[in-house]
Amino acid sequence: MTVVETIENEDVSAPAEDVILAVRDVSVSFGSKKVLDSLDLDVRRGEVLGFVGGSGTGKSVLMRSILGLVPRQSGRIKVFGYDLDGATESQRLSIERRWGVLFQQGALFSSLTVKQNIQVPMREHLELSPQLMDELATLKLELVGLPQDAGDKYPSELSGGMVKRASLARALALDPDLVFLDEPTSGLDPIGAAAFDTLIANLSKLLGLTVYMVTHDLDSLHSICDRIAVLGHKKVWAIGPMEEMMVNDDPWIKSYFRGARALKRV
Amino acid sequence: MAFLETNAPPEFWVRDDAGNHQVLCLKGDWTISTLAAAEKLVNDIKVDLHRLTCIDTSGIGEIDTSGAWLVHRVRGTLEFKGRRVELTGLTDVRKALFCQIETHHPPRYKPEKHPFSIVGFLEETGKQVINVGKDAFAMLHILGSLGVVLTTVLLQPKRLRGIAVAVQFDKTCIGAVPIVALMSFLIGAIISQQGGFYLKQFGADLYVVDLAGILVLREIGVILTAIMVAGRSGSAFTAELGAMRMQEEVDALHVIGLSVTEVLVLPRILALMIALPVLTFIADMSALVGAGLTTWVYLDIPPLAFLNQLQAAITPQTLWVGLVKAPFMAMIIGLIACVEGLKVGGSAESLGRHTTMSVVKAIFLVIVVDGAFAMFFAAVNI
Repeated sequence: MTVVETIENEDVSAPAEDVILAVRDVSVSFGSKKVLDSLDLDVRRGEVLGFVGGSGTGKSVLMRSILGLVPRQSGRIKVFGYDLDGATESQRLSIERRWGVLFQQGALFSSLTVKQNIQVPMREHLELSPQLMDELATLKLELVGLPQDAGDKYPSELSGGMVKRASLARALALDPDLVFLDEPTSGLDPIGAAAFDTLIANLSKLLGLTVYMVTHDLDSLHSICDRIAVLGHKKVWAIGPMEEMMVNDDPWIKSYFRGARALKRV
Repeated sequence: MAFLETNAPPEFWVRDDAGNHQVLCLKGDWTISTLAAAEKLVNDIKVDLHRLTCIDTSGIGEIDTSGAWLVHRVRGTLEFKGRRVELTGLTDVRKALFCQIETHHPPRYKPEKHPFSIVGFLEETGKQVINVGKDAFAMLHILGSLGVVLTTVLLQPKRLRGIAVAVQFDKTCIGAVPIVALMSFLIGAIISQQGGFYLKQFGADLYVVDLAGILVLREIGVILTAIMVAGRSGSAFTAELGAMRMQEEVDALHVIGLSVTEVLVLPRILALMIALPVLTFIADMSALVGAGLTTWVYLDIPPLAFLNQLQAAITPQTLWVGLVKAPFMAMIIGLIACVEGLKVGGSAESLGRHTTMSVVKAIFLVIVVDGAFAMFFAAVNI
C-alpha cells in the first residue's frame, strides 16, 4: 500500500470506545483527479449506517479504500481499534476475519458452488469438520433466504437476486462484527429488497452486527438505517438520522430525500 | 484494545440437581473463533439421558450463529435419543437467535465420494466421444455460417469490416514477427549444424544446404509458425471471445441484430489467413539465414557457395508447397479458437479449460493437416 505518512495530530479526534471504524483525513485521487479529500467518518458499534451520494462521488472508492483495495494518498483508518497501516500480519488477519464484504456484483468464485463459496473463509481460517462446515453453510443459506438446493449450484446458474443473497451468505460465513454492503438491494424486486432489509435489520439486532451499507434504496434508508451519511464535495457532507436528513436544507440532500421520487413513495 | 479481545475457551460440566435431575451447563465463548475447540468438546459430552432435563446457557459469554447452531445441534442430538431437553438461561436476544436457528434443518450430511469404477471410466469415455461429435458439429456450424458471411461480403464488399481485419492482422502478424523470426533462425541453425555433423563424416557437407533448404521451406517453416500462432493468437482469440461470452457481450451483439460470425469470427479468421502465410515466409527466410550462417561458421561453406547450392537444390515450387498450406492451417486454428471461445460457460475455470483445449486441438489438427498435404503432394508427384 502506498500511504504517505501524515503529520501526527495525536488524539485530537481520538475515536470513542464504541467506534468500530474510524476514518481520519483520508484522501484518494486517481491521477490528478481528487475523489476524496481529507474525509472523516466514524461508524459506531451495532449501528446500520447508510451511505448515499450521487453516482461517481466515490462511495465505492471510500469503501474499497477502507478495505485496502484502493491505495490512499493520506489518512488513517482504524478498524476494531487497530490502525490498518500499523497492524501486524496476524492482527490484520484477525481484522479480516471479523469483517465481511458484499461486493456490488456479488464476486462469488465462479468455479465453486454456492456452498463451497460460503465455506471458503471457514476452510481458510478455521479447522472444522466437513460435516459442521456443511451444516453451517446451509444454515447461512437459509439465513439469507435461499433454498437449500441452491447450495449445489454454480454462481452462473443463479439469478441476480440469488447471487446477492449467496454473496451475503459468504460475507456472513465467519459471523463478522462488521459487514460492508455495496448496493445490496439494487437489482432486487421490491419484495425481495424488503426481505433483504428485514434480514439485515434482524442480523444487526440478533448478532450486534455493524452494517456499513452503500445504497440508493430510499426504503432501506427509511426502514433500517440508524444513521445516514451523505457523500458530497469529496467529504462526508452530512451525517445523522433520517429525521435530520429530512430537514436538511442543502439542495442536493433536499432533492434526494424530499424530491419527487422520494415523496411519491409516501 | 476493546474489540479484538481474546475469547474464553468453551467448556461444559454436568450438574446434578435435586430431584434426580441433571443439567448440562455451558460456559465460555461459543463463537466462530472458538468453534473448532467447541466442536471437539461437544463430542465428549456424556450425560445420563434419563436424568437430563435442561441445558443451562447462562454461563455462555459470547455467542453467534455458528456457536448457537452447535448448541442447538447438541440439544437436537439429545432429543433424537428421546428426551425432551430445555434451553435455559437465555436472554431475549439470544432467544430470538435460537428461534432463527431452530427453523433450520440441514439435509443429512453426505461426505463427498470420488469412487474409481469401471462404470465411471466407461461413462467418461462415452461423454468424451459425444463431445468430439458435438465439437465437429459446432465447427461445421461456424464453417457454414462463415461461408454464408463470406458470400455476403463478396457480394457486398462494404460489409467487410476492414478496420477490424487490420487490427487483428496487426495483433496476430506484426506482433509475432520478432518471435517467429528468432525461433526460425535458431531452428535453421540447429538443423544445419546437426545435419552437417553427420554429413561431414561422409564428406557430403555441401548437401546440408539441400537438407536445410528443402526441410525448412516445405515443412518446418510452416508447421513451426502455425504452432507458434496457435499458441499465441489462437489462445488469445479463445480468451477474448470467452470473456465476451461471460460478460454477455455476445448476447448483446445478437439482440442488436449483428451476426457474431460477421463481427467477431470473420475478421479474426481472415486476418489469420493473411497473417500465417506472411509469417511463414518470414520464418522461411530467417531459417535460411540461420542455416547459411551456421554452414559458414561451422562447415566453412562461404555464403556464395551456399546460395549457389541452394539455387540448385530448390525451386520456387518448394517454397510454394510450404506457403500454400499456411492459409488452411490458419483457418483451422481460427475456427477452433472461435468455436472454443463461444463454448465458454459462466465460470473462470471454463474459460481456462476452453483456452487449453483450443491450443491443444489447434496444434494437433495443424499436424494432421500437414500430414494430409504430404500425402496429397506425394500423390501428385510434387
